[in-house]
Amino acid sequence: MKISRILKTILLIDFLNALFLAIKESFNTKKTINYPFEKGKISPRFRGEHALRRYPNGEERCIACKLCEAVCPAQAITIESTEREDGSRKTTRYDIDMLKCIYCGLCEESCPVDAIVQGPNFEFSTETREELYYNKEKLLDNGDRWESLLAANIKADNPYR
Amino acid sequence: MTEYINTLFTEVYKILFLLIPVLVAVAMIVWLDRRVWAFVQKRRGPNVVGPFGLFQSLADALKYMFKEIIIPASANKIIFILAPIVTMTLALISWAVIPFSENFVLANINVGILYLFAVSSLGVYGIIMGGWASNSKYPFLGAIRSAAQMVSYEVSIGVIIINVLLCTGSLNLTDIVLAQENLWFIIPLFPMFVIFFISALAETNRPPFDLPEAEAELVAGYQTEYSGMMYAMFWLGEYANILLMCSMGSILFLGGWLSPVDIYPFTLIPAPLWFIFKILLLFILFSLVKAIVPRYRYDQLMKLGWKIFLPLSLSWVVITSSYLYYFNLLPAN
Repeated sequence: MKISRILKTILLIDFLNALFLAIKESFNTKKTINYPFEKGKISPRFRGEHALRRYPNGEERCIACKLCEAVCPAQAITIESTEREDGSRKTTRYDIDMLKCIYCGLCEESCPVDAIVQGPNFEFSTETREELYYNKEKLLDNGDRWESLLAANIKADNPYR
Repeated sequence: MTEYINTLFTEVYKILFLLIPVLVAVAMIVWLDRRVWAFVQKRRGPNVVGPFGLFQSLADALKYMFKEIIIPASANKIIFILAPIVTMTLALISWAVIPFSENFVLANINVGILYLFAVSSLGVYGIIMGGWASNSKYPFLGAIRSAAQMVSYEVSIGVIIINVLLCTGSLNLTDIVLAQENLWFIIPLFPMFVIFFISALAETNRPPFDLPEAEAELVAGYQTEYSGMMYAMFWLGEYANILLMCSMGSILFLGGWLSPVDIYPFTLIPAPLWFIFKILLLFILFSLVKAIVPRYRYDQLMKLGWKIFLPLSLSWVVITSSYLYYFNLLPAN
């Protein structure tokens, strides 16, 4: 070993350098955020909790084409449909098993009428499994609750589609 | 009879007066440790419970109390339960001899430093008992490692204490502090202070010497099978030990409760506050070290203890004693 190296070891030079660096860095701005109180920015394409949207007049967008059911790689979506009195085809049942879902976004991409979308909400944890078996009611409710944000996100992402 | 009961109650009162602040201090110090660690890594650390997150440890303690205590089927039940109790008791009884100021000490015994040393040596039993009684491979390996490690570093701590004792001529902790009135021992014995600090890290199983609980290899070492309040007791004992090592360092080298200079604005601050301030300073150094250093390999740890620290501190004993003898500075009895 070289003498300078031995001196460095004995005098703990590297250790002291690290110590001063640590003290200096600890006064710098923090890289993390106060999560529940402030949240990080997310992209308009963010694939969070699902929602079924409506037209502005209150009519459901979904036409029960079952493309999402077909494309879903996890087979998390179950749809049953019937013909309504006015001749339009509408769903009677639209279930998503959120535990099977892998949040790939293929349902959103396949939808011809932008009915099923994945919104910006990522905080939907529950205390029981059963609460995560979403039905049509829950999904439409989600759509109503998040509509303004969902519409804005679709509009923001539109040029890139 | 009344006199006897009176004395008993005064003593119990005194003990509670010492123990409750120590336990609260341990909780606060855990918070401080996590906070310093987070700050070095540019995180925020616990900051939600109470002002600046000060009550985080209390919330954790509450959580531990409500958790189930699981005792493994193959464990030796009695020793398994006894181990955390031993660890915590041993970490707390040492505080009896720590002087917070000239008259503020629970038991001003003449062999104070010997008592401290003896009790901190016994601390290894809690860990060995925990590791052995768990009857499981990771706790067992962790306990073996920790036993070897604590025994090796105790040797060099003992020799370092001899250095200080040569300068004071007394085993009484109050006398040791009073001997530093003119010059803190950190100045003449600086290399010994550095070795003491590093040995204290090893003695309390702190990083970079936290091999007994190296999570990458041993899950959590001797604590692996523990849960609920028993885990919390290990954890309390560990931090009480760290605090004890910090106070030992400040008594032996940093002049205990003495203010750095004996002039007007400094003498205004009461003596115990100076002592607490010094402990905190050492503890912050402990946490900074935890944040910046990688873990040692086991053979490096043993090499450092036996081949470097022991000869170094032993030769320093020779240097100190010959210096004191030559200049006729040996403390007279």
